[in-house]
Amino acid sequence: MTFLTGWGRTAPTPATLVAPRTVAELAALVAGSPPRGLIARGLGRAYGDAAQNAGGLVADLTRLEPRWSLDPATGVVTASGGTSLHDLMTGLVPKGWFVPVTPGTRHVTVGGAVAADVHGKNHHLDSSFGAHLRSLTLLTADGTTRVLTPSDEAFWATVGGMGLTGVVVEASFGCVPIETSRVAVEVTRTRDLDHTLEVMAATDDGHRYTVAWVDLLTRGARMGRGVLTRGDHARRDEIPHAGDPLAFAPAARVAAPPWAPDGLLNQVTVRAFNQAWYAKARERRVIQDIAPFFHPLDFMEGWNRMYGSRGFVQYQFAVPFGAEGTLRRVVSRLSAEGVVSFVPVLKRFGPGTPGMLSFPLPGWTLALDIPAGLPGLARLLRVFDTWVAEAGGRLYLAKDARMRAELLPVMYPRLAEWARIRRRLDPEGVFRSDLARRLGL
Amino acid sequence: MKNALGSVDTVLLLGGRSEIGLATAELLVRAGARTVVLATRPTPVTASRPAGADGPAAGAADREGGGDAHHNGPVGRLARLGAEVHEIDFDAAHPETHAKVIDTAVRLAGDLDVVIAAFGVLGDQAAYEDDPVSAAESMAVNLGGHVSAGLSVARRLREQGHGTLVVLSSVAGVRVRRANFVYGAAKAGLDGFAQGLGDALHGSGARVMVVRPGFVRGRMTKGLPAAPMATTPAEVAVAIVQGLRDGSPVVWVPRGLRLVFTAMRVLPRTLWRRLPR
Repeated sequence: MTFLTGWGRTAPTPATLVAPRTVAELAALVAGSPPRGLIARGLGRAYGDAAQNAGGLVADLTRLEPRWSLDPATGVVTASGGTSLHDLMTGLVPKGWFVPVTPGTRHVTVGGAVAADVHGKNHHLDSSFGAHLRSLTLLTADGTTRVLTPSDEAFWATVGGMGLTGVVVEASFGCVPIETSRVAVEVTRTRDLDHTLEVMAATDDGHRYTVAWVDLLTRGARMGRGVLTRGDHARRDEIPHAGDPLAFAPAARVAAPPWAPDGLLNQVTVRAFNQAWYAKARERRVIQDIAPFFHPLDFMEGWNRMYGSRGFVQYQFAVPFGAEGTLRRVVSRLSAEGVVSFVPVLKRFGPGTPGMLSFPLPGWTLALDIPAGLPGLARLLRVFDTWVAEAGGRLYLAKDARMRAELLPVMYPRLAEWARIRRRLDPEGVFRSDLARRLGL
Repeated sequence: MKNALGSVDTVLLLGGRSEIGLATAELLVRAGARTVVLATRPTPVTASRPAGADGPAAGAADREGGGDAHHNGPVGRLARLGAEVHEIDFDAAHPETHAKVIDTAVRLAGDLDVVIAAFGVLGDQAAYEDDPVSAAESMAVNLGGHVSAGLSVARRLREQGHGTLVVLSSVAGVRVRRANFVYGAAKAGLDGFAQGLGDALHGSGARVMVVRPGFVRGRMTKGLPAAPMATTPAEVAVAIVQGLRDGSPVVWVPRGLRLVFTAMRVLPRTLWRRLPR
């Protein structure tokens, strides 16, 4: 038995970790109807319990025939489910291609990117990962594989389906041509939350990648002040001529200490960080490498340990346009209560995918990391859940570690449709996870 | 499943009329638990001073009376807080039925996140000394019943890979006193059993939490003069929920009793046996 947690390091549970090398080996495990079910796990970046399965089987997909290929004529990549975006980028970028969507870390697998329908800084223009998929190969509960296309309802039950319809053993998706491995970045400071929203709404569509960092520890008139970062893949003529324009070699990572004192990230340290971060962010235009722009936290290996022994929860919600009041209420309450959140991130979402459990919806999304040991946190987040649900919004299942099951059908109105398709694909409930048990999925 | 902040979904209360057990279940439901299974003795008994599974006629009315009594009883209260409540039969004195009771609870609730073993009888020491058979019977409930039920629960929790068995021990078992040594001996045995079971489950993901309350003012102790540092079922419930959140292996209620009993353990026996109660 191996104890597993999500990236937030909360609520560990033991499972039998298996590492099939071939799809046939994996199929045999699935067909064996393990009594406590099976769930696929990639690089363990889901924050909550989506890739845990107490008392059951967890299949580590990173060993499963990691391979990928690119059709240089069309820019379509076909990759096995366990291939990481890091490996893909290492191969693709020097060839002049970039993945269509990347979350804040490169260390996620293609299977995980499909199952969580991940989004990135380009959601407002390019939607989420699922929107770029051409086909999926899904290993289902009967031990057989089937190729799905966007015309199949099982396809859209799988995109965002948190691995509960089957295992994504292969996916094909379109990539983006790039001239260089750099990003032309504009940094802007905003005065307060309204200003942040206003500037994002007015200028987001002019840039492929946008994101705002919000200072939640500032109160009063400056509450919600932020630093906006907007970027585009740099053209060949925007970067110095020396060197290879498509070089991609992310800096060697430093490791976080094996343990960090509990309470290291507290009001004092985070306030000091926020102050420095805001002060440093003068209006400027810079050329950055891909890694620091898209994946700043990947620089520090095991940064999740910085939250101490009790771990942390990531609270990410989305609310539709028109529900800015809910966003303001949440920010104002967080600010009033002095809730410590390291690097809260605000994004403006564009159109979602037809994924039935897919998270993004046209509107705003705020993501917060909060130490799990913070007193009163459970109650506070339950209040936020209600506000978000009332506003027609939802929480991100790939990050959730604590929401109440009752709100799920409210937040995901197509849940029943998803459950019907899932029952057809997996009548005995072979694919199971702690998340599924906790939320009655 | 337990979530990242320690809330749970399902609760099984063995001893479905226990005041401490119900108060704990209520707090867990307020914190987010969705399903509660109350395992309760089907018919009231008249022997000894009852509590928990062997509750008084009033408890039986909660269960059997239907209508208002049912609605206003613990089932109605938990349901009003939003929980799905099930009632099943459980007789602590019949160990051969306990495995099936756990299976039934699992069928109704799915994985058991928290199981509270809160059944027991206090009884009267003088009566036990007059009637050794009744003393043995109370021992069968207070110790034997916990052994069969606890092992059945442990088997399930081990399969699940998660879940906590909360065992209501007592400071009476920490050092057994002349004044209630039949009850105290059962609690001493139970406390040792629960600790051993916790050790047996180590590494499985499942846990045992031993709760050692002092004198609890409630139905079980009605009419008895309160001991120093007396507490209430509600206070014990708060301590249990806090202990679940912290992952504590042992919870003393109130906490100060731990220190008191550190001293009590080394008190010379010539003095100890003269303690009035």
